[in-house]
Amino acid sequence: MSTQTSTPALVPFERAIERYDPVLGLEVHVELSTATKMFCGCATAFGAEPNTQVCPVCLGLPGALPVVNAKAVESAIRIGLALNCEIAEWCRFARKNYFYPDMPKNFQTSQYDEPIAFDGYVDLDVEGETFRIEVERAHMEEDTGKSLHVGGATGRIHGADHSLLDYNRAGIPLIEIVTRTIEVPAEKAPAVARAYVQHLRDLMVALDVSDARMDQGSLRADVNLSLKPKGSATLGTRSETKNVNSFRSVERAVRFEVSRHAGVLDAGQSILQETRNFHEADGSTSPGRPKSDADDYRYFPEPDLAPVSPSREWVEELRGTLPEPPAERRKRLQSEWGFSDLDMRDTVGAGALELVVATVAAGATPAAAKKWWLGELARRANEAGVGLDELGVTPEQVAGVQALIDEGRVNDKLARQVLEGVLAGEGSPEEVVTARGLEVVSDDGALGAAVDAAIAANPDVAQKIRDGKVQAAGALIGAVMKEMRGQADAGRVRELILEKLA
Amino acid sequence: MSDPVRLKAAEIAEALGDGSLTSVDVTQAHLDRIADVDDRLGAFLHVDPEGALATAADVDARRAAGETLPTLAGVPVAVKDLINTVGQPTTAGSRILEGWVPPYDATVVTRLRAAGLPILGKTNLDEFAMGSSNEHSAYKPARNPWDTERIPGGSSGGSAAAVAGYEAPLALGTDTGGSIRQPGAMTGIVGVKPTYGGVSRYGVIAMASSLDQVGPMARSVLDAALLHEVLAGHDPRDSTSLDAPVPSVVDAARRGDVTGLRVGVVKELGGEGFQPGVQQRFDETVELLAQAGAEVVEVSCPSFEHGIAAYYLVMPSEVSSNLARFDAMRYGLRVTPDGPPASAEQVMAASRDAGFGDEVKRRIILGTYALSSGYYDAYYGSAQKVRTLVARDFAAAFEQVDVLVSPTTPTTAWRLGEKSDDPLAMYLEDVATIPANLAGVPGLSLPVGLASDTGLPVGVQVLAPALADDRLYNVGAALERLVDAPVLADIDAGAAR
Amino acid sequence: MSSAISREDVAHLASLARISLSEDELDRLGAELPAILDHVAAVQEAASADVPAMSHPVPIDNVFRDDVVRPGLTPDEALAGAPASEEQRFLVPQILGED
Repeated sequence: MSTQTSTPALVPFERAIERYDPVLGLEVHVELSTATKMFCGCATAFGAEPNTQVCPVCLGLPGALPVVNAKAVESAIRIGLALNCEIAEWCRFARKNYFYPDMPKNFQTSQYDEPIAFDGYVDLDVEGETFRIEVERAHMEEDTGKSLHVGGATGRIHGADHSLLDYNRAGIPLIEIVTRTIEVPAEKAPAVARAYVQHLRDLMVALDVSDARMDQGSLRADVNLSLKPKGSATLGTRSETKNVNSFRSVERAVRFEVSRHAGVLDAGQSILQETRNFHEADGSTSPGRPKSDADDYRYFPEPDLAPVSPSREWVEELRGTLPEPPAERRKRLQSEWGFSDLDMRDTVGAGALELVVATVAAGATPAAAKKWWLGELARRANEAGVGLDELGVTPEQVAGVQALIDEGRVNDKLARQVLEGVLAGEGSPEEVVTARGLEVVSDDGALGAAVDAAIAANPDVAQKIRDGKVQAAGALIGAVMKEMRGQADAGRVRELILEKLA
Repeated sequence: MSDPVRLKAAEIAEALGDGSLTSVDVTQAHLDRIADVDDRLGAFLHVDPEGALATAADVDARRAAGETLPTLAGVPVAVKDLINTVGQPTTAGSRILEGWVPPYDATVVTRLRAAGLPILGKTNLDEFAMGSSNEHSAYKPARNPWDTERIPGGSSGGSAAAVAGYEAPLALGTDTGGSIRQPGAMTGIVGVKPTYGGVSRYGVIAMASSLDQVGPMARSVLDAALLHEVLAGHDPRDSTSLDAPVPSVVDAARRGDVTGLRVGVVKELGGEGFQPGVQQRFDETVELLAQAGAEVVEVSCPSFEHGIAAYYLVMPSEVSSNLARFDAMRYGLRVTPDGPPASAEQVMAASRDAGFGDEVKRRIILGTYALSSGYYDAYYGSAQKVRTLVARDFAAAFEQVDVLVSPTTPTTAWRLGEKSDDPLAMYLEDVATIPANLAGVPGLSLPVGLASDTGLPVGVQVLAPALADDRLYNVGAALERLVDAPVLADIDAGAAR
Repeated sequence: MSSAISREDVAHLASLARISLSEDELDRLGAELPAILDHVAAVQEAASADVPAMSHPVPIDNVFRDDVVRPGLTPDEALAGAPASEEQRFLVPQILGED
């Protein structure tokens, strides 16, 4: 057990950073969206039945041998280039030796002192300020299997009677991206950490190398943090916080660890070098595994795999396939769309950037696209508790609804009903309009009858209009709309009323 | 027709071709021989009469139907029990894999099946191929047909005993530090370690990945070449498999002409430490080569003296990692310690203690040490540098000569138990064979007669540059004719001419 | 470098290698390993700093596979050798370690 007799109180973040500066390091694992695993031809589909995507290689059966997935190497190089890294002229895989039941060979095939990409950086815009984060390395490795802990109350590892192992995930390619130490003004540290992880997510999506979904574990962040007293050059002992599975949690984990470290240090105790587990519910961390001399991974070059020496021609060819860097792209889009800084920040913040891009590509104006995604659709997504991209409506359909409005075929109210039909799976906007009969009526025959009826039913109002009180027409328009269940062309109705009562 | 089990593979192939024998006859004859003598030899851990006869019958039927078949179709073969076979257990000679039946074939087994060779069964070995005597088999020792009180060598001791004892005309071995060539020498047969990467390792239970290689064992150089040709060739499932044409080993084995060939005698592999009877036969062999028109020179390879030291660091290091997967979680022996419910870690540790033998544990611990933090550079790192030096010595030697020769082993076969208590003494037996594994070059051992001091078989080793395996067979075939070594009359019965 | 290796060192190595060696085995390996290490330590003198290390015996590189799915094992085949299984998964004793 720990020699610490009590858990010191947390020091509020704002007070902690008056006296300490956080030193951050971020390790991000990206699961590549290749069709097959890193070293074998097994499929990588998420959510498959247990042990249906396994073979002798990824089960670590006796005699099995790995063969490197070319696409994974290509993705690793593209990621490295997008992170402004050098690409190794020659590098090897290495075995990281340790025993764990979710790791079939009891070594992880990884890279050690020869990563495929190294010495890079990314520039982040955070609250109008630019921060450069230095990337130490990006290397290739393989994922582990998944354990299900059975028995005990919580389904967690402690108290479980036994565990059940599914190796579908074992061997899926991972790229681990490691920063150098990050030292930014203390109050900015949480936001910078979050922005960095968000930036990586955007980058992976733009590169089309990973789903990069923190909720599904295809992008995982470990937050390493230590504190040093202000003005001191001495680094403190660091903790490594794992299980941080949303952008917001990255920020919260930094804040919590700063508070916790400050509390421990203020109490005159020392920080243990350990892994910490982040808890989504209350934003706290709890002790994981202590680091010790026992962590002797006995790395050595993987004899079963040939070294990787990407030709400079290949590297340059891949450089040519890189997408526009996210920050530059955002600047370009903002200017093309004529968005204000606030518009742009709202759009990005709502996770609607790519959706707006696609909606504009399908024919809508940027303003209309933003109005839909940040308005009606954001409200519905919020109600349903899902992401905008999971709502069940495509950018093409949104653009289609907007086109109906622009053509005057539906009004705003009808448009929302069209959308409802689309969301209910009734087909394309055009099909919903037809099926539900939602198109506005601007045919004078049908409208004229309704207008006559409204005039007849409201003689007082009609008289006011005859007397020149044109604004009273509203009441009659309302009556016509009600009669026609909202499907009348309101502009034409007004014209007809004024003509008839001139 | 004489007893089919006395025929060489090439002779069987010919008899099958001209219809004087059927594969079922030949296969049954070998199965009968195994049933008769294997309790004395201990060469097999598993025999598969049904599977072997089914293949034999299929080959006979196809031949009768007029189909053109590969040369060795119908010629039975034994497979070292380190090589995965669907439908037959594969134990690696270890308790930890007792009863395990692989769900996939090794590539070399796929090739044997495609070429129509009936697989007689799985042969005995030192546990996970770790040993030079076959005494480290978890099941039983294999014995030398020349003298069943003696070891057949190892680790492919079962394959060697089976071929030498007329239980199989052909066998597959694996060679990490001499495990084909040394038992070949000890039992008076031909054994070849091909160029590293020449034969696929896929489905062969790894001992030391950067050293292991599968190769043929047979009673003639031509037989070995015929089997070599079946096994060799690029395999996309093995990243270290060479994508290069297979050297024309069969042609070379039929040629056997050393006129004008430059032959280097390795100065460091002979003399002191070598049994006089072994050295004498070797010297005679060199003399025969010179008489046959070869140009014989002495060559120095100074780094070879560090070969054993480098090998006993690189090999156990890779062993410690390769054998980590035997952990009782997914397959193999699971031992649950007594007492309160055990954790996965405790079950792993107890199973590995119970399932591995002493030699395996010794090497795992040694390898764990050599790789551990603080010792890596001094041990594993330095050993890898010695590999470079050994490879440079070979490169320099092959500038001067076409092939190198040495005795395969310092001694003839020793008695069971004679060296069991001294692991280091056992390790020193590998002095001549190890350099080829360190550098990846091919080596062949062939019998050159009996030692005058012990009356037991002596082997001579021929080494060639990487991918020049054909040179081994050319020299081997020439020597085979020149030496005309005596063959075994029968088990424990000594030589017949 | 001295090859001193104590019984405690062997015990530590055994725990890294996940083998629960008996007391007898610890004694024996503690006695055997120093002799073996004395012998293999010769590599330290043989290898000078400027010699490159050799991890692969033949110089090949860039051996890749196309990213194409190939059939693997069925769950039954995968689990056939398992000491225990449940719900199409490998059943293992309780795992100690991080949550």
